[in-house]
Amino acid sequence: MKTKFLELKNISKSFGKVSALKRINFYIKGEPEIVGLIGDNGAGKSTLIKIISGIHAPDCGEIYINGKRIRIKNWSVVKSRASGVETVYQDRALAMQQTIARNIFMGRELTSIFGFVKSKLQFSEADRLMRMIGFTSKVFASDSAVLNLSGGERQGVAIARAFYFKANLMILDEPTTALSLTEAQKIFTFIRQAKKGGTSCIFITHNIYHAYDVSDRCVVVDRGKIIMETDREHNTVEQLIKDMQKIAQSNGKVKEDINNGRS
Amino acid sequence: MADLEKKQNNLDFNQEFRRSRRRIINFLNNNRRALSALVVFIILMLLFIIVNPKIFLHREIYEAIFRSLPIRIVLALPLVFVIVSKEIDLSFVSNMTFSLWIFAATANAGWNPFLCMLLAILAGALVGLINGMLVVRIGLQSMMATIGMKFLLLGLVAGGSNIIPIPLTFLVNTPFYNTFVGKIGNFPVQMIWAVMALVISMLLFNYHKFGSQISCIGDNLESSREMGINVATIKILAFVYVGIACGFAGVLSGLTYLSFYPKPGSPDELMLAVLASVFIGGTPTTGGVGTIFGAFIGACTIRFIETGIIEAGLSGFFTQFFMGLIILLALTSHKFHKSH
Repeated sequence: MKTKFLELKNISKSFGKVSALKRINFYIKGEPEIVGLIGDNGAGKSTLIKIISGIHAPDCGEIYINGKRIRIKNWSVVKSRASGVETVYQDRALAMQQTIARNIFMGRELTSIFGFVKSKLQFSEADRLMRMIGFTSKVFASDSAVLNLSGGERQGVAIARAFYFKANLMILDEPTTALSLTEAQKIFTFIRQAKKGGTSCIFITHNIYHAYDVSDRCVVVDRGKIIMETDREHNTVEQLIKDMQKIAQSNGKVKEDINNGRS
Repeated sequence: MADLEKKQNNLDFNQEFRRSRRRIINFLNNNRRALSALVVFIILMLLFIIVNPKIFLHREIYEAIFRSLPIRIVLALPLVFVIVSKEIDLSFVSNMTFSLWIFAATANAGWNPFLCMLLAILAGALVGLINGMLVVRIGLQSMMATIGMKFLLLGLVAGGSNIIPIPLTFLVNTPFYNTFVGKIGNFPVQMIWAVMALVISMLLFNYHKFGSQISCIGDNLESSREMGINVATIKILAFVYVGIACGFAGVLSGLTYLSFYPKPGSPDELMLAVLASVFIGGTPTTGGVGTIFGAFIGACTIRFIETGIIEAGLSGFFTQFFMGLIILLALTSHKFHKSH
């Protein structure tokens, strides 16, 4: 088995008196995989991915990238990106009045000497990219403002951004929430495509059916803890829901039995 | 076979045609603010020429206007960067007065005027840096921070200079004077500097990483941060750029009017005129978008209104009324150019 791409050990994080994560262990395999991260609002999903993408530094714990330990004090957005983690926030990650190209290259402009932007190259690369991920609409070009796109297309711009920079791990923060069923299916296709291309994916949602549809592995977070972790092969979606209910009712006490029983 | 090739060629041509049409539409769409400011300016000039062709078809009035207009242009252009980042700087005219004081005092003491100018620009940049730090590091709202800075600087200049004017007439016809406010034929050199400021600002705003990133910051601050843009540095740089411009504008105004005289109260009118230039040029206060060329045109528009209304035979007392009217009309015209 290959070394895990990412491993978090005993990660805790609190904001003032509120503890958002309590000694969490989480990993992404070395081979590409799709992990569904499920949980209610306020369960700690967002905090977890913000730690992975370097926006928050954890209070304590250990982070390993490809088996190498990273000092958590040095962990940052830049570092996280440098190790190949890309986060796709819904369309709030886009600068609406800017062009598609400018959005894709935001913060990482293709520049020549003295920092001047190679606009033509950016436009042509953006055009190529949009075609590659299956944008068929002829109405817009990479120099139209994002404002003019539909919800799904906007998300596509954000995904194209991650794709262009050849991420090892792509984090999708509730990508399907605002989308119609067909548009959500498009995004699933893309996630599977990305896995084939060698990119792992963490897929965050509170829709358990969506998560189950596309994931190889589901991780359930509740009140700052990972209460359940399950392989898709060993579980049906009904079983998953039943187990989750059981854990919720028992306040986490039966967690051990369920997880043990299944592994 | 030939038929197929012909068809393919036709298809290629169609695609090419559609692509170039889309590019033109996008170009118009992306530059609609500057273009609409330009249209307003052209209409205004035509009106003035029709009403008073004797004055407005003669070069004297343009010479006079091109002497003082550059100061406003130099001040207005960098403000676009700050406003696009969703901040504001209200201390720029005080900063200009402050820089001018530094320049006048040192030049009067017999220092090399080029060195004095460098000092003035550094002083302006330092004020910009402090403004930026107050906003970004301490987290003050830029409007309040720069209002504070405005009074602080005015007080400093008034107290430091005892409101004693410093004449700069001794600089007339020196190489320094001729470099910045001399004449080529009848054309005031300072206008060339203003055009240079325009070119530099346009390069920075439209073609440089700085302009690209500052637009993203003003458009979506949170996301810019998440995408790894160094928001703090970029914002501070925008304030520093305004400061540098204040230093340069201070020297220009010293050379144009040949004195330093810190009249309390008068800076506000200039401040509002410059801000109005930026706004009627098509840069909104909502952040994310702006136009340097628009601000340039805006500055011209306002300056020509001021002279034009008087020359057109309307009572001088009504100048501000018409200025306000035209500003409102120009702003209204931008509303009709929303993106679709």
